[in-house]
Amino acid sequence: MAKFKNKKKKEVGAVSTASLPDIVFMLLFFFMVVTVMREQELKVKIERPFASELTRLEKKHLVDYINIGPPMDPARYGSEPRIQLDDAFATVAEIPLWIEQNKESVLEQEIPKMTTSLKVDEGTKMGIVSAVKQKLRESNALKINYSTRKRDRTE
Amino acid sequence: MSRRKLPEVDAGSMADIAFLLLIFFLVTTTMDSDEGILRQLPPPVPEEQDPPDVIQRNVYVVLVNAQDDLLVEDEPMDISNLKDGAKNFLIANGVFRDLGDKENFPIRTWVRKSDVQQKIDEYKAYIASATNETEKENFQKVLEKWQDKMTAIEIAGEYKELPGSALISMQNDKGTTYDTYIQVQNELESAVNELRDELATRLFGISYNQLEEKAKSSESGSEWEDRLYAVRTVHPQRISEAEPRSVGSY
Repeated sequence: MAKFKNKKKKEVGAVSTASLPDIVFMLLFFFMVVTVMREQELKVKIERPFASELTRLEKKHLVDYINIGPPMDPARYGSEPRIQLDDAFATVAEIPLWIEQNKESVLEQEIPKMTTSLKVDEGTKMGIVSAVKQKLRESNALKINYSTRKRDRTE
Repeated sequence: MSRRKLPEVDAGSMADIAFLLLIFFLVTTTMDSDEGILRQLPPPVPEEQDPPDVIQRNVYVVLVNAQDDLLVEDEPMDISNLKDGAKNFLIANGVFRDLGDKENFPIRTWVRKSDVQQKIDEYKAYIASATNETEKENFQKVLEKWQDKMTAIEIAGEYKELPGSALISMQNDKGTTYDTYIQVQNELESAVNELRDELATRLFGISYNQLEEKAKSSESGSEWEDRLYAVRTVHPQRISEAEPRSVGSY
């Protein structure tokens, strides 16, 4: 009966790593799907202020961004806050045209849902922000969002 | 002659390649969720139009100067007190928390079920007898407002409403920093939201935020949407911004 009995105790086999690629691939696909490549390169420094009463912006294709802050490269562009639309610096006067161009890229029935998100550095003076807001009103882009970071409500 | 078998490709390095890609996407991923304070700008006004008269006690004036100091109802105020100040303005003379008839606060009036019902019937009659489309639409809008009030009464009970002209008005200087501006906006908004929270908790046992979530996730026309609108009708958000005096050139 015990003719072929093993002398040694059985060793625990190494854990199979065959499923490792599967797991990694799964993670890979997850990140590939959620990745949004940054569409525009920021030319201005923006530290957004903190606020507690926030609304999340959905439907990204209906949101356009206006960046306002001091330029990243003060040696070339100075340290006064500047406006960046898409990839370039702009003046307030260029906003109405920019809004019109953006309207063309969405469906007509979605135009009223378009939102302009203002990403403004917290140290900026309100003068330039008010000027931008006046231009937005003139061009009938009335839905705006002040982009902020989240904090708790003060007691 | 038999063909030689192809040697099996070693798949051991597959994991390495996948890892490499994984790390690349990990690094480039920006979970870029944009959140912020949502606002509706007022439509542009024609220049020759005179601003409407305001009743002093119905307006809560918040001024911010270039040094980021606050002047609220002609008194200097620290920003930490702003929320309570705004809350007092919004609930004074109300049913839910009576502060007594304060002189500087708006007079609230009862919204009675019978009156609202009467108005609804009235406007329904107007719509029935309206002669053209635009007239009909205008009546329809007013009717919807009264119907909202009816829903609010059915859900929250009869309440005292703020007069239509009551609002919190904020004006800032050109030199105010953006951070201060946002903090003031945020405090004013949180005043309204806390009142809504209180009401939502009392009525449904959930916070206002949860109520919003529920209304959003349920299909339209559900009871949660009605409840959300009821809370909003009882505590309307009345934050307005004064016309900037001059904005300069940029």
